[in-house]
Amino acid sequence: MEEKKLTPKERLQIPTQEMGEQDPKERIHNLKEVPFGYTPEQAKLEATRCLQCKTAPCVAGCPVEIDIPTFLNQICEGDFKGAAKTIKITNILPAICGRVCPQEEQCQLGCIVGKSLKTVDKAVQIGKLERFIADWEMEQGAADTPEIKAATGKRVAIVGSGPAGLTVAADVRREGHEVTVFEALHKPGGVLIYGIPEFRLPKAIVMTEVENLENMGVEMKYNMVIGNIHSLDELFEQGYDAIFVATGAGLPMFMRIEGENLNGVYSANEYLTRANLMKAYSFPETDTPIARSKNVAVFGGGNVAMDSARTALRLGAENVYLVYRRSRIEMPARVEEVHHADEEGVQFLLLQNPVRLIGDEDGWVKQMECIKMELGEPDDSGRRRPMPIKDSEFRVDIDTCIVAIGNSSNPLIPDSTPDLETNRWGNIIADDQTMKTSKKGVFAGGDIVLGAATVILAMGQGRLAAAAINEYLKNGEW
Amino acid sequence: MNRILEKEFISDQVFRMRVEAPAIAAKRKAGQFIILRTSEDGERIPLTIADASAEEGWLELVVQVVGKTTKEMSMLEEGGSILDLAGPLGRPTHIEKVGTVVIVGGGVGIAPAHPIAQAMKNAGNSVISILGGRSRGLVIMEEQMKAASDRVMITTDDGSYGQKGLVTDAIQKLIDEGLKIDLVVAVGPPIMMKFVCLLTKKYEITTLVSLNTIMVDGTGMCGACRVTVDNKTKFVCVDGPEFDGHCVDFDEMMKRQRMYEVQEKESMDRFQS
Ligand SMILES: Cc1cc2nc3c(=O)[nH]c(=O)nc-3n(C[C@H](O)[C@H](O)[C@H](O)COP(=O)(O)OP(=O)(O)OC[C@H]3O[C@@H](n4cnc5c(N)ncnc54)[C@H](O)[C@@H]3O)c2cc1C
Ligand SMILES: Cc1cc2nc3c(=O)[nH]c(=O)nc-3n(C[C@H](O)[C@H](O)[C@H](O)COP(=O)(O)OP(=O)(O)OC[C@H]3O[C@@H](n4cnc5c(N)ncnc54)[C@H](O)[C@@H]3O)c2cc1C
Ligand code: SF4
Ligand code: SF4
Ligand code: FES
Repeated sequence: MEEKKLTPKERLQIPTQEMGEQDPKERIHNLKEVPFGYTPEQAKLEATRCLQCKTAPCVAGCPVEIDIPTFLNQICEGDFKGAAKTIKITNILPAICGRVCPQEEQCQLGCIVGKSLKTVDKAVQIGKLERFIADWEMEQGAADTPEIKAATGKRVAIVGSGPAGLTVAADVRREGHEVTVFEALHKPGGVLIYGIPEFRLPKAIVMTEVENLENMGVEMKYNMVIGNIHSLDELFEQGYDAIFVATGAGLPMFMRIEGENLNGVYSANEYLTRANLMKAYSFPETDTPIARSKNVAVFGGGNVAMDSARTALRLGAENVYLVYRRSRIEMPARVEEVHHADEEGVQFLLLQNPVRLIGDEDGWVKQMECIKMELGEPDDSGRRRPMPIKDSEFRVDIDTCIVAIGNSSNPLIPDSTPDLETNRWGNIIADDQTMKTSKKGVFAGGDIVLGAATVILAMGQGRLAAAAINEYLKNGEW
Repeated sequence: MNRILEKEFISDQVFRMRVEAPAIAAKRKAGQFIILRTSEDGERIPLTIADASAEEGWLELVVQVVGKTTKEMSMLEEGGSILDLAGPLGRPTHIEKVGTVVIVGGGVGIAPAHPIAQAMKNAGNSVISILGGRSRGLVIMEEQMKAASDRVMITTDDGSYGQKGLVTDAIQKLIDEGLKIDLVVAVGPPIMMKFVCLLTKKYEITTLVSLNTIMVDGTGMCGACRVTVDNKTKFVCVDGPEFDGHCVDFDEMMKRQRMYEVQEKESMDRFQS
């Protein structure tokens, strides 16, 4: 192949390939995905930028250690099918991870190309290539159903159908065990469906992945709130041999400031669930309502805050303010999301902190009061601690407020399972290699163990748990 | 799949529906509720389990038609089915022998009060039930409540049935009779629960209320259902639905219930035309 003969220097001269995107002015009026994805030509060119490093720091940066140089090389050779196979050895949800992983902090952070060009922005665009391959594979029609080993007669219950639960379902099913996934809501996917909006992760992708699992023989059961309808002990009594708990984060946190229960004040979970899962963007064709806002304030600086702000714009808000108490570089959101939000006209109120919400006589929020902040000494996390500037309060008119400052853990399962140990935040305690909990036969992973994490970390824990479950079902040792 | 076994209107605006749901029927306790959805684009709405049979595997719901979803549900017939049904949700009522329990049910709130009356009676309490409605047609389930209670009192706002007056008048009457009330359980419109609590607070009678805030998931994930109880934010779907009525901020709750008034009307108008 001609590309093969390129010298590293030549490879470094190939410009980073950009994905085409919907125009910001247009896209805030629709829900369609923002970036279009690479063309095959672009993908090949981008993959050619890879230097095929022996040390492959990119692989070390990926929580599930995808063999990145190999799949990039397969793309260069036009072997897209092979690339898909390589990725799927360790990552069953590439179409999702390619879109939502914080690549600039993971696989792309250590990339030698980025290092040589002195900016992580110019690293090989591994995530975009992963997305390209996954999308290409989906376009070819139904994915090959992986081989399922002979039935073992063992049964595994999975509680929660977010990325952690789906990963375990695939890996355990492949070993020939019977798998049932119990989901509290009426649709699968967890945050992938109810939280992350369509314009960032089309729901059809998630549904296709779930169909693939069903084709493998995984049974999906919806509207099943475990802890209430069946306790974990009852699942064992029903004949399940092992249980994986992946119920996600749960209870939204509020700021504990005055006025937070005023009408018009939402948790991000509620706002996004109404908009995404319940399709409130089509109200009144659909039945679930959502605020029709003019001036929206979003509190927080993570992905959830960006998603809320960008959703508010698409629901017709004129002004969307994103209030964050540190500065832009400290924002935990993916760089791409911050950039997209900025392009779309979200107004960043940085180094500011809300102190109270002010309501009208009917109980509707009408203003927020914020205080200006400055960054002081670094705190335990190494980030500079924001300190309020005395007498710098100011008010802004708003009619909707979305609180996106994180979640604490959901109590339904721990409350109904006294012998399942949790830490002081209510997260389930699990061994970090086997994901075994304090209760025999019960494994746990994802946000319910990690607190708020990422899709790929939840999947990473799922893989560890699946391996340990398969082992446990083989030898019965706890 | 959640087949509708029976449906019948028991008053102008209130119907009861028996739905097949064996797993929930086997598990539910007094005070718990379900969340259902009737169509793919439908809303998730919470409804109390008014009755259930573990042996026969059904739940009974008693529903007042107030808007689009309850209207749509009222048009479903026997043999049809409910698309999604999740439960049992919420904490069960704490049932204990305390002595004399007064159960107050207002309007469609009589339905959720019924299993609580049954359970309180089975626990050995003396149960007095007060059923209130605006007019005769809104007093439902009188026979069932009689079967579950030692005594039943009925009030209507317009005097078309029972005593003319409010449920609080009936409670006052019991107090004036010199009856020692150990516990009041009130289920009904928030305004009724608020005034029951104001009265019982005066006489220091412990009062439980069952709150019907707006909900989405019913599993503690969204916070739509939050209320202020004892100056702390609580989630009705996982911390409730029952709370110590003397600590609930009813005014805030009533305002929050009106959050989607405009949209609800629009949805209903659109449905009816
Ligand atoms: C708006 C938003 C944007 C995000 N953006 C990104 C991003 O760009 N990149 C990234 O990597 N991460 C992102 N995250 C984080 C990521 O989505 C989560 O870390 C990940 O989804 C956690 O996976 P999980 O499987 O542990 O749980 P979840 O995805 O939370 O799934 C848990 C599932 O369990 C179900 N469940 C809960 N309780 C019960 C019960 N008792 N019985 C039965 N089922 C139950 C829930 O309904 C849910 O479906 C985002 C999160 C949010 C909210
Ligand atoms: C725990 C609980 C138990 C309940 N039990 C019963 C019952 O046994 N019988 C009964 O008739 N009603 C009950 N309700 C109230 C019932 O859920 C609402 O009447 C129903 O959701 C109205 O839907 P709609 O579309 O017909 O009306 P809408 O036009 O949408 O609304 C009319 C009224 O219903 C309230 N409402 C709207 N959406 C919701 C929602 N998602 N959750 C809660 N309230 C909402 C609104 O505040 C408004 O007052 C209960 C509510 C709760 C929280
Ligand atoms: S899974 Fe995420 S971290 Fe791993 S290679 Fe793909 S995009 Fe990078
Ligand atoms: S570090 Fe970058 S250049 Fe090196 S193998 Fe990985 S992707 Fe290719
Ligand atoms: S209904 Fe969502 S938290 Fe209670």
